[in-house]
Amino acid sequence: MSGIDWDLVRSSLWPLGRELLQGTLPLTAVTFALGLALAVLVALMRLSGNRLVSAPAQFYVSVIRGTPLLLQLFIIFFGLPSLGLTLDPWPSAIIGLSLNVGAYASEAVRGAILAVPRGQWEAAMTVGMGRVTTLRRVVLPQAARIAVPSLGNTLISLVKDTSLVSVVLFTELFRQAQIIAGQTFEYFTLYGVAAVYYWVVCLVLSFGQTRLEARLSRHVAA
Amino acid sequence: MTAPLLEARGLVKSFGDNRVLRGVDVAVPAGSVTCLIGPSGSGKTTVLRSLNGLETPESGTVRVGDVELDWSARPDARAVARLRGQSGMVFQAHNLFPHLTVLDNVTSGPVFAQGRPRAEAQEEARALLARVGLADKADSFPVQLSGGQQQRVGIARALATRPEVVLFDEPTSALDPELVGEVLQVMQSLAAEGWTMVVVTHEMRFARQVADQVLFLDGGVVVEHGPPSAVLVEPREARTRQFLQRLLDPL
Ligand SMILES: Nc1ncnc2c1ncn2[C@@H]1O[C@H](COP(=O)(O)OP(=O)(O)O)[C@@H](O)[C@H]1O
Ligand SMILES: [Mg+2]
Repeated sequence: MSGIDWDLVRSSLWPLGRELLQGTLPLTAVTFALGLALAVLVALMRLSGNRLVSAPAQFYVSVIRGTPLLLQLFIIFFGLPSLGLTLDPWPSAIIGLSLNVGAYASEAVRGAILAVPRGQWEAAMTVGMGRVTTLRRVVLPQAARIAVPSLGNTLISLVKDTSLVSVVLFTELFRQAQIIAGQTFEYFTLYGVAAVYYWVVCLVLSFGQTRLEARLSRHVAA
Repeated sequence: MTAPLLEARGLVKSFGDNRVLRGVDVAVPAGSVTCLIGPSGSGKTTVLRSLNGLETPESGTVRVGDVELDWSARPDARAVARLRGQSGMVFQAHNLFPHLTVLDNVTSGPVFAQGRPRAEAQEEARALLARVGLADKADSFPVQLSGGQQQRVGIARALATRPEVVLFDEPTSALDPELVGEVLQVMQSLAAEGWTMVVVTHEMRFARQVADQVLFLDGGVVVEHGPPSAVLVEPREARTRQFLQRLLDPL
């Protein structure tokens, strides 16, 4: 019965912190950015009146949301090689997580675009803007404000979901904790330190989300 | 006689089974003010929105300046956009862009749509804001303004693209009564400057004093039209008389 080994806590802070900084956070940032870009594209495709455009987008969202992320990662890393496509851990992790974020965030983005009043489209058109300019200058900036709470939750989920990519041999915070715990048998201590790291990151992000929401709603009537 | 600047003929428009416009003709000479009046649901907004293609009539033609559309030929988006570029529009609910400053609202058309240099557009926008009495509000956001101020920004935004015609859809109907005057005054001075305007309104004093022509719409047809001294003072049609009577004496 060893309880918490404080010396080990101290000595594991940097090895785990390093993987947070080198693995978890960059992976989160890259996949969130790619996922968001994908989400806007998919949301616009789903809003298209053309079934040939909207149907594939709907299919993609349905498949990703209807299957476990863990299974998707297995298919990408262990399944694709049997189709002749072998990917390293980094690309596997980025593809798997981005596809996931893209599907979930696209729903939020689509809802936010639909929540921008019709009159905004009409006003933009009467000053001469076309569809693309209206989206870029009028609708998406307003949709962004509407989508922030939901996208913030997606980001916080993503931080935690990055721990799943340890199964495709991607080294990040959780896998590093597993490795050190396997060597020292101090499971509680190592997983406890990892948990605190994840928690602190999520606390910082939700603080940032609150600030951003306040900033973006500055110019909007209550 | 020279051709009118704006001319619509035989506009027909249905929403589902509801035939809202049953052959509406409008002719607006350059530099004149036309007021569209009529009961709620008579099709005034639909006529106005057919003039710039926010609604798509089934048939009829619209010409503004040298751009003409035949609605029965199902014009493509590009042709509709060309017609829309001939006019500016002021909405009942102002529809200002809430995320942009007053100045950026006014320059949105010139800069984002017409691709004019930002500095030049801003200079012109500041002059327009001064014109509507809001020179000091350029850096405010719409939410910080009163309803009357918001509507005046809406007017400046509509003028900024240098349209041939400005369309107004009940620009004062959503305003508190004490704010109506400041908007009507701006519109009156624009009329005096020679802007061509089509105004849907229930403000009969404005129509009498400013309009060159009044169209009374009921049930999707123009029941009566002519100078305000005729239509508003000595209407020929019973329906017009009834409508004016009800406005004068709502109880
Ligand atoms: N987008 C729409 N869909 C269905 N019906 C509509 C729509 N817009 C207007 N209408 C109907 O068309 C008729 C005329 O409306 P409108 O032109 O707004 O009248 P007005 O501006 O004179 O009050 C009304 O019966 C209204 O209910
Ligand atoms: Mg109306």
